[in-house]
Amino acid sequence: MSNPGENMTEAIYQQEIKDLAAVAARRLDVPDASATLDNPLCGDTVVLDLRLTDGRIEALGHGVKGCLLCKAAATVAARSAVGLEADVAATLADRVSVMLKQGGEPPIPALAPFLTVRPHKSRHGCVLLPFKALAKALGR
Amino acid sequence: MTVAIRTVFPVLDRAGFHYLDSAAMAQLPGAVMEAVAHHDLTARANVHRGLHELARRADDAYDAARQSVARFLSAEMDEVVFTGGCTMALNMLALALGEALGPGDRVVASVAEHHSNLLPWLMLAQRKGFEVVTLAVDDDGRLRLDDLSLINEHCRVVAVTHASNVTGAVTDIPRLAEAAHAVGARLVVDGAQMVPHGPVNPRALGADFYAFAGHKAYGPTGIGVLWGRRELLAQLPPVLWGGGMVGMVGLDGALPLDPPQRFEAGTPPVAQAVGLGVALDWMSGLDWPAVTAVEMSLTRHLLDGLAALDGVRVVGPLKLEARLPVVSFVAEGCHPHDLAHLLAERGVAVRGGAHCARPLMTALGLEEGCVRASLAPYTNRADVEALLDGLDLAFKVLR
Repeated sequence: MSNPGENMTEAIYQQEIKDLAAVAARRLDVPDASATLDNPLCGDTVVLDLRLTDGRIEALGHGVKGCLLCKAAATVAARSAVGLEADVAATLADRVSVMLKQGGEPPIPALAPFLTVRPHKSRHGCVLLPFKALAKALGR
Repeated sequence: MTVAIRTVFPVLDRAGFHYLDSAAMAQLPGAVMEAVAHHDLTARANVHRGLHELARRADDAYDAARQSVARFLSAEMDEVVFTGGCTMALNMLALALGEALGPGDRVVASVAEHHSNLLPWLMLAQRKGFEVVTLAVDDDGRLRLDDLSLINEHCRVVAVTHASNVTGAVTDIPRLAEAAHAVGARLVVDGAQMVPHGPVNPRALGADFYAFAGHKAYGPTGIGVLWGRRELLAQLPPVLWGGGMVGMVGLDGALPLDPPQRFEAGTPPVAQAVGLGVALDWMSGLDWPAVTAVEMSLTRHLLDGLAALDGVRVVGPLKLEARLPVVSFVAEGCHPHDLAHLLAERGVAVRGGAHCARPLMTALGLEEGCVRASLAPYTNRADVEALLDGLDLAFKVLR
């Protein structure tokens, strides 16, 4: 069993992730595309809105009903995907999955705090959900 | 008494381990593990087919297991069908009863159902054209039985849980049996959460069919029970076909055997049934009034402790009457999944999420789910204290 007390403040609940989770989510008023995804394990739901210009993501909005990790990851997705080519943004979910499950490097520097989630397989889905919603909104 | 019970469960002999997730999976008595291993060592054979020594032993063991279940349910052996689990039992029942349903017919379930006692009916209704309506719950998650007008002349089946896997609220089965039988409907009861807290007599309750899972009743996984009144089981068609459940077979059809074999197509989970029999025999030997008194005393302690924590709301009845020691709650500013994770780091095993009861989550306004702590006869005060202490610390991390 784990050591009581010390692990309570374990790395995945570090301040950086908590700060990301605390950022207010905002939906887009007039998106070009939207996607909603659920995580059946914990009940997280992510709604992701996009506006595209010339194949690039011009604006991204989102809404999250979910755990702290999901909210924090959604903030990173919303911040980092703007300006990316749609084809590149659509690959983020797979690359985040590789980061979590296969020891890959973070595809976005802002995802570095989430490396601490690697040992917690049951939480991978929480981090992946916003990126999967992004891919879905992009029609992938 | 709890000390003696805990010694029966080898997994609990670990310092700092506090298991409060029995509503998802109860732990195994050592005797059950040994019985399963012994069966596979000495009697591993198919049942009702072979003539050799191992086959004879397997037949005897399987029949003895059925007898144990029948004893636990105050039922007859031929009223006990072994299935792959409670979900399998409820799905089989929906298919069998649903065979005769069509447009104009109605099934009454409740919003408090586990998906296993709701989705089979909803999916079948789409194919067969009957309607499924649901009884509502009050703010405590208890089924509202003040108006049972949904159970009318169109109603053919009432399918409800004996006790909620989320709120712990116990359903007044006799009241629903009266209403169902008054219009000629059958009463299907999901006993998955009730059975782990003592022997049940479904016939005396007024149920027509009753299902439960082995793994929640201190038995192995992969085994469940469907009980039905003999005369009603005899009227139902098989839903799975294969070996072991037919008599005459020709290229123009087959004649199914009588229950329970009619509903046990293929090789049944023999060793698991043997394990379940041992588990239920163990349960039958407990002093249940005393066990229940301890369980409910701990539940009171937990409810009071949760009430004393800042921003915590219990989901379910606060009164001990008509509830099980299954306690769910939400905490302001803390997602259930985060709480469950942090509690796990302190060796406290609880469940966070929607608990396979999405309609109930919606009805109770719990869009992010809730945390569930579920007690069992082996739960002690230290387990409850560890949960309350862990919550206090988790709030410091998350808020």
